[in-house]
Amino acid sequence: MRSRANWILAVGCSVLCLSLSFAVAADVATNLKTIKSVGSEAKGHPQATKALAELAKADAKSLPQILVALDDASPLTANWIRSAIETIADRELSAKRPLPVADLESYLADTKHDPRGRRLVFELLTRVDPKTPDRLLPGMLNDPSVEIRRDAVARVLIRAGELFDGNKKDDAKSEYQQALTAARDDDQVQVAVKRLGELGVTVDLSRHFGFIQDWALIGPFDNTGKLGFPVVFPPENNDNLTAEFQGKDQKVRWSKTFTTDGYGVVDLNKVQAHHKGAITYARAEFTSDKSQDVDFRLGTPNSWKLWVNGELAFAREEYHRGASLDQYRVRGKLKAGKNVILLKVCQNEQTEMWAQRWQFQLRVCDATGTAILSSTRPTSDKAVTSR
Amino acid sequence: MPRMLTTLLAILVLTGSVGAADWLQFRGNDNSGVAADAKIPTLWTDTQNIAWKVDLPGRGLSGPIVIGDRVVITASSGFNQDRQHVLCFDAKDGRQRWQRQFWATGRTLSHPKMCNATPTPASDGERIFAFYSSNDVVCLDLDGNLQWFRGLTQDYPNVSNSLGMASSLIVVGDTLIVQAENDSESIAVGLDVVTGSNRWKLDRPIQANWTSPVVLRGKSSADDVVLLQSGKGLTAVEPRTGKQVWEYTSGCETIPSAVTSNGVVYVPSSGLTALEPQVGSSSPKMLWQSARLRPVTPSPLIYEDRIYSIGSAGVMTCADAKSGEQLWQFRLKNGLYSASPVAANGHVYVFHEDGTGQVLKSGDKAEVVGTHEFKETILGTPAIAGNAMYVRSDGNLWKISQ
Repeated sequence: MRSRANWILAVGCSVLCLSLSFAVAADVATNLKTIKSVGSEAKGHPQATKALAELAKADAKSLPQILVALDDASPLTANWIRSAIETIADRELSAKRPLPVADLESYLADTKHDPRGRRLVFELLTRVDPKTPDRLLPGMLNDPSVEIRRDAVARVLIRAGELFDGNKKDDAKSEYQQALTAARDDDQVQVAVKRLGELGVTVDLSRHFGFIQDWALIGPFDNTGKLGFPVVFPPENNDNLTAEFQGKDQKVRWSKTFTTDGYGVVDLNKVQAHHKGAITYARAEFTSDKSQDVDFRLGTPNSWKLWVNGELAFAREEYHRGASLDQYRVRGKLKAGKNVILLKVCQNEQTEMWAQRWQFQLRVCDATGTAILSSTRPTSDKAVTSR
Repeated sequence: MPRMLTTLLAILVLTGSVGAADWLQFRGNDNSGVAADAKIPTLWTDTQNIAWKVDLPGRGLSGPIVIGDRVVITASSGFNQDRQHVLCFDAKDGRQRWQRQFWATGRTLSHPKMCNATPTPASDGERIFAFYSSNDVVCLDLDGNLQWFRGLTQDYPNVSNSLGMASSLIVVGDTLIVQAENDSESIAVGLDVVTGSNRWKLDRPIQANWTSPVVLRGKSSADDVVLLQSGKGLTAVEPRTGKQVWEYTSGCETIPSAVTSNGVVYVPSSGLTALEPQVGSSSPKMLWQSARLRPVTPSPLIYEDRIYSIGSAGVMTCADAKSGEQLWQFRLKNGLYSASPVAANGHVYVFHEDGTGQVLKSGDKAEVVGTHEFKETILGTPAIAGNAMYVRSDGNLWKISQ
């Protein structure tokens, strides 16, 4: 009799626990849905604030479910979700309760998950076991997470440096080449390129980053008084490369240029002439083997507009506030086949020495910074390597 | 309930849990840089009068703020400066109470001297508001629980500056004031502190601007106004509505910010200009203007009826606040200064960018009474609260107290 009662009690408890578990999972899903409804200009904040407070009470077993929610989260809502993950993990670790390490490892191993979430998990696992980087990073050299990849590359660079200093040049060369192939951050690329140069290896930097080298240029058009930025000059709606248009001072025609700069810089002061209050259009054709989302990454000290296949991707009116690699990141789409990239580069009339640059560099890459090359790109032997 | 007690409670509710020992925003609660009653050392070494020192996980030009026994600071890290940290330390022993990180949703590029964590955070005594060059605004409760997160560059995509944004937040009443101005798209917004939603949004002059909003206290908190400075002038607006109260239309500097004292506004314009708002008038009365008092990067300080202004190459000029007449000029340690000077207990505290702290006695002649070299780059404005001064570098936060 007693054993039957115990059995009923055990089954009852199991059903209750299972029900509670489903209820918790359902609550987590509901709260995540509310948080993901956050939109621009604080839309949905009051509801999301309450949902986050509830979500942050979830136990550690909910972490994998919450992490998966990062996969399709917007940049805004990803931060709300991150906050819940941090709060739960901090609370559990402070109380010396375990995190679901096996589930977190599985999440990290699946590179389809959100790169930021995977990096967050990598750091949680490292808090649990400080030897995690030693164990995992050697196999993460080509990881979609830029930060994980960076840490993995850093280790290879250290190893390569030790081999170089130990006069094991062939081994060092192999390591530096491995590091360069994986590196996406310019500081790491520069270290590898410098050492490879010393080891007799020439690197096509422009290809590594995916800079466009082949451009057609037309200009100058008038930008006196910075009034040309909103003006629709003929190249913006006429893609005839043999046409002649009225420029600032005279008729202008398209001309070809090919930059041999390792960072893809096209110096308009040199390629054309030193103009002030002027606008030049740069046009490139890019052949993509498939339809794909890409980053167009631009660096310029000048005001600019960017069109892809006739659609305005972004425009920015800012003069001489610096120019750098990946200064602007514009998310866009390439169609399969030929794509036309058109860039409007505006120079103002400032007379200071530091305000004379009129230039641009543009590359096409994925979200991690990995170069996406046009299938009609010239081979490396036409490209000069570094500066 | 006795009426007096009711009134007292109402005041407490209106002012949150703000205490005398708080330093809630850039240059303190009134953006003055002055903690009149604080007693902090005029001499310290690497160990003497250093209550504690903690490591920071990233860079920052932002100054610390102090809310009761919590010292809060922001930092940014990562190759692209896209990790945004908010850290909270125990004022007593420097123990880290909590840390939160957020991913930047806007541009993080900046001049090498600056970084993503350039603006100083703010608090209303109940909440913490962090702001970054990325234009992300984070609201946390005092225990680090996220209340809301705004990405202003997500909402207004051309609000950014390739040299970085620097304007700090201020809270006036129950409105958080954010100024984000640049060459392409400039805005100022008043956000509801509870929800983060816009109470108002103003289009601002299209010009790069690194100054911070300043509160001008009125006779009562209902009369407080917010001063928005730019290269075009200085605009006073109602904090809750953004409605313009008055305007000064001569060009102002775009790096050092205005300061107020006894109802007078001292704005970096044609050197330094003293303005007195007039009741019912749309423009203030100019009291005086001095080209000699020309702050370069640090904002000016008004303390004990004197103005302290740091010009180029570290030349400090002191003048009478009522007349603008120069009292003295003194070359501080030669070089660059970014941190705004602060004052307490009859002394003015100044930090060179190389980390050298210099303490001057406030008075009619220049007198340096203490120096100490931290030997680390210091660009952020210190906080003074509870008889202690908190100073940050890119790597450390110190508490200086006896």
